Order: sequence, then C-alpha cells, then structure tokens
Amino acid sequence: MPSVSESVPTERTRKRLAVSVQDVSVTYRTTFERVPTFKSAITRLGRGERAVREVEAVKGVTFDVTHGTTLGIIGSNGAGKSTLMRTVAGILPPTSGRIDVYGRVSTLLALGVGFNAQLSGRENVVLGGLAAGLSRSQVEEKYEEIAEFAELGDFMEMPMRTYSSGMFSRLAFAVAVHMDPDILLIDEALSAGDARFKRKAQQKMGELLGQARTMFLVSHALGSVKELCNDAIWLNKGQLMLRGTPDDVIAAYTKFLEVGEDAFTLEDL
Amino acid sequence: MWLVINPLLLALVYFLLVDILSGRGLGADYFAHLLAGLFAFYFVAGTITTGAASVVGGGKLVMNTAFPRLLLPYSAERTALWRFLPTLVVYFAVHVASGRPTTLVLLLAVPILGLLILFSAGIAAFFATLQVYFRDTASFLPYFLRIWLYLSPVLFTVQDISDRLEKHGLLWLGYLNPLFSLLGMWSEVLTSNQVPSASMWAVGVGWSVAAFLLGSMFFMSREREFAVRL
Repeated sequence: MPSVSESVPTERTRKRLAVSVQDVSVTYRTTFERVPTFKSAITRLGRGERAVREVEAVKGVTFDVTHGTTLGIIGSNGAGKSTLMRTVAGILPPTSGRIDVYGRVSTLLALGVGFNAQLSGRENVVLGGLAAGLSRSQVEEKYEEIAEFAELGDFMEMPMRTYSSGMFSRLAFAVAVHMDPDILLIDEALSAGDARFKRKAQQKMGELLGQARTMFLVSHALGSVKELCNDAIWLNKGQLMLRGTPDDVIAAYTKFLEVGEDAFTLEDL
Repeated sequence: MWLVINPLLLALVYFLLVDILSGRGLGADYFAHLLAGLFAFYFVAGTITTGAASVVGGGKLVMNTAFPRLLLPYSAERTALWRFLPTLVVYFAVHVASGRPTTLVLLLAVPILGLLILFSAGIAAFFATLQVYFRDTASFLPYFLRIWLYLSPVLFTVQDISDRLEKHGLLWLGYLNPLFSLLGMWSEVLTSNQVPSASMWAVGVGWSVAAFLLGSMFFMSREREFAVRL
C-alpha cells in the first residue's frame, strides 16, 4: 500500500527530519487560582472545594517537519500552541506519544529568560547565552554581533530595569537568534520592538532560513505567518485541524473564525 | 564583609541573651560553641530559604528552557555554601583565641559538613516544590526556621540536653530532630574536640541520606508540573 510506505521514513528522509511529533497528547493538572496559597487551600478544604482542573492542552497531534522549514502555528487562544512548543522544547514532557528532535533547540517562549533586571544588558547577554547552553567564551565571541543587532547603544551598559519593554524584547530576540540553533522556537516574538526592528527581525529569520535552519513560529499575526513561513499547521482545542501551505491554512482558519465552530467543516473549502 | 559581620553580631546577641537568662557567667568555650552552631545553622537555613524561592523565582527560565530542574535548589545551596565558608575563618580565629585545641579530630568536621550539605539540599528541594503549590510557604518559613533553631543544639550544647533526656529515657526524642545529631556532632568535633558516638553518626547519616533522597525524589516527581504551575 503506498500510504504505508510513505509514512515510514527512509534513511534519507530521516536525516533531513528536524522534528517528528507522533500522536502526542499533553494533559496536565493546574490550579485556576491566580496565586495558590496554603491559606486558600485550607479555606477551600473547609468548604470541600477543589481548585485543581485537568487541562487537555494537546490531543493526538501528529506531524513531521524537515530541516529548512519555517512552520507557522496558528489557532485561537488556548488552542494548545504554546503547550505544543514547550513539548517540542522538552520543557513539558508529553503525557503520551513521542517526539523526536534532531538538532539543538533554542527557544524564545517567554521573553527575557535568565535575564536579571538588576544587571546590565551586557551581563544579561552573557547570562542568556549561558542559559541557552553556550560556554562563556562562545558567548563573548558572539557578544559584539548581538549588541550590534539589538541596537541598544549605550543602554547595553545600563541595568535592564531601565529598559522599555520593546528594548527588553529586542535584546531577548537578539540573544535567541544568535545562539546558532538548529531549531528555533518562537512564540509571538515578532511583536517585539518598533516597525524597523520588526523588519530587521524578519530579515534575520530569513537569513537563518537560508542556512537551512528550522523554525517554529507561533503567531496571531497572520500576515507575518504568510510572509515568513513555508508551511503551517492550525490547532483548535488541542487538535490538529489542518496542515498545508500558509495560504491554505490561513484561509481555512479565517473562514472558521467567520462562520463559527458549529457551521464549519473542512469540506467547505 | 557583611557575610562575616552579620552572623558575628547575631552570635553576640545570642551570647548576651543566654548569658543574662541563664544568670551564670559563660566563658569563651560557650561563645565558640555558639559561633560554630550558629554559622552552621545559618548555612542550613540560608540554603532552605533561597532554595525554596529558587523554582518560583526562576519561573521564566523554567518555562523557556529544558534543563534538570533540581539544579535550581542545588545552585542555591552552592551560593549558601560560598557564603558559609568565609565564616569558618572567623570561627577558627575564635577557636584559637579561646584556647581550643587544634587536633586531628577537627578533620571530622569535613564529613559532617558533607552530611549538612546533603541534608539541606534535600530539605531545600522539598520546600522549593512546596513553594510552587503554596506561594505563602515563604511567609511562614522564617518562623519555622526560628523554632528549629531553638530546638537544635545551638544555644545549648548537645551534652546538656542528652543528659537530661537520657535521665527520662527520652533520648530518641532528640534524634527526631535531624539537626540534633548533625549540629550536635558539628559542635562536639569543633568545640569539644570529641569524636561523636556511633549512634550519633548513624542517626546523622540516616537523616541526611533520607532527607536528600526523599526531598529530591519529591521534587522530581513534581517537576513536570512546574512549567504549567508557574
């Protein structure tokens, strides 16, 4: 049967595979309290309530990504996009299923990771690099390039608490893209900085793509998904709805948003 | 600088306090014992306090990067240890000045410090996990630690309390407090130049290994949830 032989990766395709997600489900229990405290736990116990809720964030998602792909991930809030990214990054292990990642992953999932607001931008670049798994000498090698890319000028020597949020995310973005990742995971980071920096960020990502790097991009900005990505998936309530070219997937997603969930079927397309 | 002055002032406060409360003149012996015990206790307490805050404080790192989460409380302990080591120099100055003998028995302090490190790593991992689920853990931790200090052989010597407990056949009560044996041995070796008894060693090693394993295992059993609970 042709379908079977296609789904089994040959030695050749396996080499080019960057990420393979196989029937992955992620379920976790979390609390809906804003700040969980012992005090509220006791009062709840008195009332016999439970504040823990099970979330099925990702349900049976399967897809493969080859090297050199920029995959756009779209979907409404709470569709499981960020959870899927964390699972690929190894931060939140899947409840069931299997994920194979071939290469070094750099993540930009929460801004300012490993950054300390009391320290200067320069020191934070070193910290961020170390947190991403680079050695100190490697970070120092890249420092000039990162500083130049972030365009913060004298602010590099000032504590990060003096930064505006745009400057903060510019530096975070600059650090993440200069870590020479094989696979770069980005969550909504293109909203970083002003229009000029956005264009620069897009350029840099195009450059990374030129080096056959792989990128996952979670974004609500459908325009940038269309522009940057050459592949896209659409998640809804933890399930994979559609995989295809960005144009097709965005068209389907936009239609889905217009007509609403009940009236929508994929066959309408 | 304050790393040294702070515990030294603290020791002075407790010295005056106990001196007045007990109503008897206390000598340099007692001051040396108090200093050794307080420094070691504040190393343990520091590890627990900073270790407990390490996971919640490292929230962004936990959410963005995959790495062994246990490194967070363990690195807090490493910091506490670097702060503790200079205070040992202060202790030895007092040790020599108060005329305590410097013998090979002092070397036993090294394995005991190892036990203290192991023990506090486990407790720090435990509280770090608890802190994720109950953010107000940090607010009662100082009181808990303060009570623990008073229950441990820091202000009094382990000999005082062992004798009294043994009279009533209640020595096991002392062993229930892990720091009774650990800090007891620490002070016996450093200030009394005494090799601790086999039962002290057994209880101390038991508590340290158990705390380390149970604390770390509790942490690891829960660490998957950290990324969604922070």
